[in-house]
Amino acid sequence: MEGLKRTPLYPLYEKYGGKTVDFGGWELPVQFSSIMEEHHAVRNRAGLFDVSHMGEVIMKGPDAKKAVQRLVTNDVNTLRENQALYAAMCYPDGGTVDDLLVYKLKEDEYLLVINASNIGKDVSWIIEQSTGDLTIENVSSKIAQLALQGPKAEEILQTLTSFDLSEIKFFHFQEKLDIAGISTLVSRTGYTGEDGFELYVDNADACSLWEKILEAGKEAVLPCGLGARDTLRFEAKLPLYGQELGKDISPLEAGIGFAVKLETEEDFIGKEALIVQKEKGIPRKLVGIEMVGRGIPRTGYPVYASGATLEDEPIGYITSGTQSPTLKKNLGLALIRTDFSKLGTPLEVEIRGKRVDAVTIKSPFYKR
Amino acid sequence: MSQVIASLQYSKEHEWVEVLGENRVKIGITDFAQNQLGDIVFVEIPQANEEVTAGQSMGTIESVKAVSEIFSPVSGRVVEVNSALEDAPETINGEPYSGGWMVVVELSQPDELKELMTAEQYTSFTEEE
Repeated sequence: MEGLKRTPLYPLYEKYGGKTVDFGGWELPVQFSSIMEEHHAVRNRAGLFDVSHMGEVIMKGPDAKKAVQRLVTNDVNTLRENQALYAAMCYPDGGTVDDLLVYKLKEDEYLLVINASNIGKDVSWIIEQSTGDLTIENVSSKIAQLALQGPKAEEILQTLTSFDLSEIKFFHFQEKLDIAGISTLVSRTGYTGEDGFELYVDNADACSLWEKILEAGKEAVLPCGLGARDTLRFEAKLPLYGQELGKDISPLEAGIGFAVKLETEEDFIGKEALIVQKEKGIPRKLVGIEMVGRGIPRTGYPVYASGATLEDEPIGYITSGTQSPTLKKNLGLALIRTDFSKLGTPLEVEIRGKRVDAVTIKSPFYKR
Repeated sequence: MSQVIASLQYSKEHEWVEVLGENRVKIGITDFAQNQLGDIVFVEIPQANEEVTAGQSMGTIESVKAVSEIFSPVSGRVVEVNSALEDAPETINGEPYSGGWMVVVELSQPDELKELMTAEQYTSFTEEE
């Protein structure tokens, strides 16, 4: 695959049977053994992912905190050093620029972790919108990221460090930890719905860290690709930018209102629009659906009210869908009109021209 | 390396065809195809008595990740269907050439078989893909 970007882990894919695909301009492994096996490994034991394509931006300086707060929907004031925050960045109209993690490295230094497909757009946006005494550095191409996820993640990683990892609580991190001799930012975060860590290292150390973790984990850990990452995050209802989130989808619609703080005194871009949206009633809602008839809902499939005629407009669409490997059910996330979002509402999904029965169900589909 | 079976014929869309005699053929997808698709979780194949046309879609196969069409390698009428696939589509992953067969078709254009590839031709075809 010519012209595609590669991560520092690329040379190791073949050794572990990685099957690569073009993922937004990156040549990344969709799977190593099988999506299903990898998915179950993460739910039951542990899986190791190469997510080095993710973008990293450092905002630093006396005005960094103010600048970050202006950009993101969550409350940066409550964030302490060594703590991370999930948030959205919004446009003034409340649409979403990206969703991201904000790491508070120091009082005046923040690390923003953004989606690979949005790096160019995000960095321009961040620079455009930031004023004051600070520097903004896009360090995406210097930093690699591995994600070790699953109930056995801590046990495996603990064998490689003398630091007591149980001290790192969910959404907290430690910088410059010695993991198998490699200086690593260890963050207790993830995109799978399981316990686990995201590990940030210099590009030069990425391959070595990958090998050390697989060695330490033995049979308990499996190399995992983006396919399993997608099914895992789907079951846990963690949004994927471009599907559950986008410039025409607000974070309130996408069900990440917990990361939108409208009550605080701080202003952020999009706050006014989101307040108006909330007061007027959020027009659409991201719901879980289960197919009643035969078929698998997929991204973009139109969703109709039950019994809708051919002339009726759809009430929304599927943002993500698959056969859930954990639940063995054909499930989807659907962005639909709020008045159809009540649990147990019968709906129809159009699958290749046919209307197939479905019903709204509780989501996330999976919680550990 | 994916497996091919010498006695079968193959299409460019990665279906295999087994001549059963009396103008009938059995159809499935190749080991190469199932391997490309990954974990198969859903199949929709034509029902008995439906007509299929060479080169045209006769159904859908879905893996965890993606939806793909199944193209009929021949034209004719479906006379038998592997209904076990409905509940166990993963059979196609495990046994693409045996338990994973899809339909038996009664040929309306037997000459179409000449357009298909031999095992050897198919092997070089997949190596180029």
